[in-house]
Amino acid sequence: MTTQHAQSPKWSMVVDADRCTGCQACVVACQAENNVPLNTDDIFKQKRAIEWIRIERYWEGEYPNIKARFLPVLCQHCENAPCEPVCPVYATYHNDQGMNVQIYNRCIGTRYCANNCPYNVRFFNFWEPVWPESLRNQLNPDVTVRSRGIMEKCSFCIQRIRAGTRRVKKEGRALADGDVVPACAQACPTDALVFGNMHDAGSRVRKMSEDKRHYRLLERSGTDPNVIYLKRVDPTATEGAGHE
Amino acid sequence: MQDRAIAGQNTQEVDRKINQDLLGNVLAAPMRFWLLLGFLALVVAMAGGAVGYMVNQGLGVTGLHRPVMWGFMITNFVFWVGISHAGVMLSAILRLSQAEWRRPATRAAEVVTVFALMTAIMMPIIHSGRPWRTLYWAFPYDFSRGIWPNVRSPLVWDPAAITTYLTSSILFVYVALIPDLAVARDRSTGIRKAIYSVVAMGWRGYPRQWRLQIIAGFLLSALILPVFVSVHSIVSWDFAVAQSVEGWHSTIFAPYFVIGAVLSGVSAVVTVMIILRYLFKWHDYITSDTIDSLGRLLVVVALAWFYFFALEILFGLYTLENSELALRKMQMFEPPYSYLFITFLLTAFVIPVPLWLFRSVRRSFLWMTITTILVNIGMWLERFLIIVPGMARKGDLTFNWSTYHPSIIEILIVIGTFALVGMLILLFSKVAPLIPIYDVKEGQILRDKITIGKVDVPAVKREE
Repeated sequence: MTTQHAQSPKWSMVVDADRCTGCQACVVACQAENNVPLNTDDIFKQKRAIEWIRIERYWEGEYPNIKARFLPVLCQHCENAPCEPVCPVYATYHNDQGMNVQIYNRCIGTRYCANNCPYNVRFFNFWEPVWPESLRNQLNPDVTVRSRGIMEKCSFCIQRIRAGTRRVKKEGRALADGDVVPACAQACPTDALVFGNMHDAGSRVRKMSEDKRHYRLLERSGTDPNVIYLKRVDPTATEGAGHE
Repeated sequence: MQDRAIAGQNTQEVDRKINQDLLGNVLAAPMRFWLLLGFLALVVAMAGGAVGYMVNQGLGVTGLHRPVMWGFMITNFVFWVGISHAGVMLSAILRLSQAEWRRPATRAAEVVTVFALMTAIMMPIIHSGRPWRTLYWAFPYDFSRGIWPNVRSPLVWDPAAITTYLTSSILFVYVALIPDLAVARDRSTGIRKAIYSVVAMGWRGYPRQWRLQIIAGFLLSALILPVFVSVHSIVSWDFAVAQSVEGWHSTIFAPYFVIGAVLSGVSAVVTVMIILRYLFKWHDYITSDTIDSLGRLLVVVALAWFYFFALEILFGLYTLENSELALRKMQMFEPPYSYLFITFLLTAFVIPVPLWLFRSVRRSFLWMTITTILVNIGMWLERFLIIVPGMARKGDLTFNWSTYHPSIIEILIVIGTFALVGMLILLFSKVAPLIPIYDVKEGQILRDKITIGKVDVPAVKREE
C-alpha cells in the first residue's frame, strides 16, 4: 500500500507505426466510448471534425512507386504541455499520473490551447452536439457530453482508468499490466496501440518503449510526450527511397 | 511688443470666438451630424445582430476551424488596441516634451484611445466559446473555493494591461475635460446645466484649481508612459509566447507591435481630425501646420516600423526550418495571401511614406486623409497576415494544414467595430468639446512671433 502510494502510475501509450494498417477502428471505438459528436459530411468539410485519435495519411514517393503511410495521432499527454500554461482559467492541467486533463466546466473556449498545441489534437465544439434519437441510448453514461463552446481532447479514457483502479482496490491487489485498456487500444485489430504504466518495469509499454525503433512526435519542440512511436519497418525500402 | 499689446486687447473677443466655435456642436449640432450618427448607429445595430446570432448559434457561424482557431476578430482586436496607442503618443509624450502643435489634436487622440480600447476589449470576449463565462473569468471569480485565473496565461495579462490602460486614459481625458465642462455648464440651461455642474466638480478657475489640474495632467502623462509601452507588448505576447505556431514565437514582437501601433494610431488620429474639421468647420483650429507636424512624425515612425518588419522576416527565415519556410511561402506567394501581402506593403509603406516626404502632401488635407486611411488598411492586413497564415501552416504535421475564409458574420462584426468607434466619437462630441478649449486659449496667449532676419517665425513664450 505504501509503495503504491509512493509511486503513482505514469500512463503511457506506444504506437507501433509498423503495425498500423490505417483501418480507423480506433477512431470509431473512441467515438463510441467517449461520446464524441457525430462527424457528418458537413462538419467534415468545414474541417471541424472531432476525432480524439485520428489517422494521418501521408503519401510517400511518386506514382507508380507510391506508398500510403499511416500515423495515428492522439493527445500526446506531454509532460511539458504547451496547452497548459496558456489557458487563462486552468481548464487544462497536468495530473499526478502523467496525464494532461481537461476540465469541461471551467473551459470558456478561448481556443488558445488549440493554437499552442503542435499536434493539433485539441478540438473545439463549434456547434451544439446532436445525436439522432436512435443513438441516444448508446451514449456512455461514464463520460460527460460536452456542450458547445468548449475544448475537448483525448483523455486516455480516464473513466476506464478510474474504473480499473477501483476494481483493483476492491480485489485488494496492485495494478497489473492490462487492467486498464482504453477503447482505441482495445479495438485495434493489429495491436498497434499498447497502453500501460510506464513506472511498472514489467509492463509491455515499458519494454516496447525501449525498442530501438522508438521516437516521439516532434521531439525537437521539447514537449516531452507520454506517447511513444515505433518507426515503421519497410523491408522493401532501399537507401534514399521516397526521398527526393 | 506692439503685437502682444493688440493680442491682449482682443483676448476677450478671441475667447468668445473660441467658445462659440468649439462648443457649437455641444450646444446645437448641425443636421449632417445627426445624419452621420444615424447611419453609423444602423451599421452598429447590424453588427450587434450578428454578434447576437453568433452567441446564440455558436462559433460554427464563423469561418474558424481546426487549426485556424483565431481569425478576423482577433485581428480586429490587435488592430484596435494598436489604434488606441495614438492617445498617449500624442498627449503624454508631446505634452511632456512641450510640443506646441499638439494642442488641438490631444483630446481627439485621447478620445480615440478610450473608444478604440473599449471596442478592442469586446472582441476577445465575444470570440470565446462561452462569453457569458468569460465575463467572470476576467473578473477573478470563486475566491472562496480558491480557484484563481492562471496568471501564466497571456490571456490574463491582456485584461490586466488593457483595463489599466483604459482606466488611466479615461482619467487622462477627464482631468483635461474639467475646465471645458465648466465652460459648457456656464453656457447651458436646465437639466443639462445640472448635469454639467455635477461633472465639472465645482470648477471655478481659481489659480489653485488650475495648479492642481496641471499637476494632475503631468503626473498622469508620466505615469501612463510605461503603460503605453506595456499594453501592446503584452498583446504581442499573446502570439510571441505561443511556441508551437511558426511566425508567432518571435522575440522581436513586442517592440514591433508597439511601433506598428503608433504608426496606425497616429494615422487614425489624423484621419479623425480631418473628418471632424470638415464636419464641424474647425478650419481655424486644425490647420495645415498641425497635420504637417503629424506627417513628419509619421515618416519617422513608419521608417522605424519598416525596420522591425524587415527584421521580423529575417529572424524567421534565419532558422531555415521547413515549417517556417512553408509559412513564409504561404504568406507572401500563395494567393489570396500574396495579393493581401502586396496590398499590405503598398498601403502601409510604399505609397504613403514617399508621399509624406513632400511638404505639399503633408499640408494637403485631402492627401493626408487618403494616405492615413491607406496606412490603416495596410496595418489591418499586417495583423491578419501575422495571425492567420501562422496557424494555417502550423508545425510539421502537414496533414492538418489549412486556410481560412471569413464568414459574413465575422465581416459584419469587423465593419461594425469601425462604425461603433465612429459613433462613440460623434456622441462624445455632442456632450463635450472635442478640441480642448482651455488648451487652445492657453496656446493663443502664449503665441508670439520671433523675427529672424526678414521673416516672422511663429513661436511660443514660456516662463520657465
